[in-house]
Amino acid sequence: MIKPDNFKDFLALAEKENKKLYEICQKYEADSLEIAQEEIRDRVKIVLDAMKDAIKKGLNSKEKSSSGLSGDDCAKLIERYKKGKSLFSKTCQKVLTYSLATIEQNARMGKIAACPTAGSCGIVPSVIVAMAEAMDFDEEIQINALITAGFIGEVVSEKLALAGAVAGCQSECGVAAAMAAAALAEMCGATNEQILNAAALTLKNILGLVCDPVAGLVEVPCVKRNAFLSVYAVTGAELALAGIQSVIPIDEIVEAMKQVGDMISPKLKESSEAGLAVTPTGLKITYELSQKWQNP
Amino acid sequence: MEKVKTLFDVIGPVMIGPSSSHTAGAVRIGLLAGKIFGEIPQKVSFKLYNSFAKTGRGHGTDKGLLGGVLGMDVDSESIKKSFDIANKLNVEYNFEYLEDYNRHPNSVDIILQGKNIEKMKISGISKGAGEVAVTKINGYNFNINGDYDTLVLIYKDKPGMIYKVTALIQSANLNIASMHCDRNAKGQEASMGICLDGGISNEIFDKLEQIEEVYLIRNIEMLKK
Repeated sequence: MIKPDNFKDFLALAEKENKKLYEICQKYEADSLEIAQEEIRDRVKIVLDAMKDAIKKGLNSKEKSSSGLSGDDCAKLIERYKKGKSLFSKTCQKVLTYSLATIEQNARMGKIAACPTAGSCGIVPSVIVAMAEAMDFDEEIQINALITAGFIGEVVSEKLALAGAVAGCQSECGVAAAMAAAALAEMCGATNEQILNAAALTLKNILGLVCDPVAGLVEVPCVKRNAFLSVYAVTGAELALAGIQSVIPIDEIVEAMKQVGDMISPKLKESSEAGLAVTPTGLKITYELSQKWQNP
Repeated sequence: MEKVKTLFDVIGPVMIGPSSSHTAGAVRIGLLAGKIFGEIPQKVSFKLYNSFAKTGRGHGTDKGLLGGVLGMDVDSESIKKSFDIANKLNVEYNFEYLEDYNRHPNSVDIILQGKNIEKMKISGISKGAGEVAVTKINGYNFNINGDYDTLVLIYKDKPGMIYKVTALIQSANLNIASMHCDRNAKGQEASMGICLDGGISNEIFDKLEQIEEVYLIRNIEMLKK
């Protein structure tokens, strides 16, 4: 059977076969790689374990990245929570810390699982792992969630390259947030339609997010953006689980995202020629690092 | 990342951060270069160009390239310590940072010197999302991306060479996915890069190596995804 290249057809197929989206995705994946579905799940578990390992290491480190721009923010958050201070519930505290823990591991050359990219690697793991711990979801449920996340990213990528250099940060951290929202909805027992709504509502609100990293490094604003968007993904799942629907269907949102991505200036697509990268402080950092590293 | 091929291009790869193009890509170029060179070099020089030169240090591109040459894969936690590891192995290394906008934004020349091979120059590019290509070996054009088992040959340019090589491959019932030939001048040296749908046996490799006019042959195994 030819694999659908859009969400509408996938949903119709899942409904017809009375299956969850991750089951359909897992079957196609197994068929295309010519391996058993169990093996797909085993491979997903390897990625999930790598994510958990990155969180664990990140929570225990204050080591700065080689630029010195990031690395000790997760520790600050943990310190605050140790004092019993927070505006958040314990669950959302975990989401936030796990997200920073992962993306800081990335910045300090630790081992991470790109999801969908290295610069957005904190969002999906923090939501799945923190929420699974808080709500006691077993490993099988977490694997279902991670496949659901992958499914969202894979179908979006049929229309839009998941790369800041091609479509801006909306296609990296933005898509990661939609993947995380859908994964969380799946873990909480959402219907297929609610899962797609979680992704749709989340995607809709990050259209136009640009990629303007200071000094071209995956740190400013990427590190804190991962933290913001992981909690934001929880909002997407929460709305969808309440039965709130996206007025614009997800396939149309992806089309809109592509259109917006095409219209974003190349200067705001990973080339560090505009936005935060060329603020006085951004330029000062760029200059200082180029002196330190004797760049051409 | 460009258009996704499988689920594991979205959730994964497991890699050392921070960048798929500037870190994981650098490791994979280094890995391919190390396999093509065929031994741990005594000395290796890297010339990084453009974005690789400008943002390379912040992305660990230097550590990744060196780590790859020493055989580390994209998820090896040794990459961060590759300078120390090279020092322990008595591998001399240096980096130059250059600008040349006729070159790909993320490109590198790797010059390797070893015990058995006096000198080899290998050029590579990182195309994004960890996809890479070795584009030149000793001045000959190649396109080796690690997606296939690939035979690399440099040999004397004379009639019948392509036949001799492909006949041996055919004898193993192996399918050729793609093939790329190049030469500097008629009757001198020429090169062949052959992507195969499957691994080549030691027996066939030995036979290929015994062809008199073959100066250099390497079997570059597909990179782990």
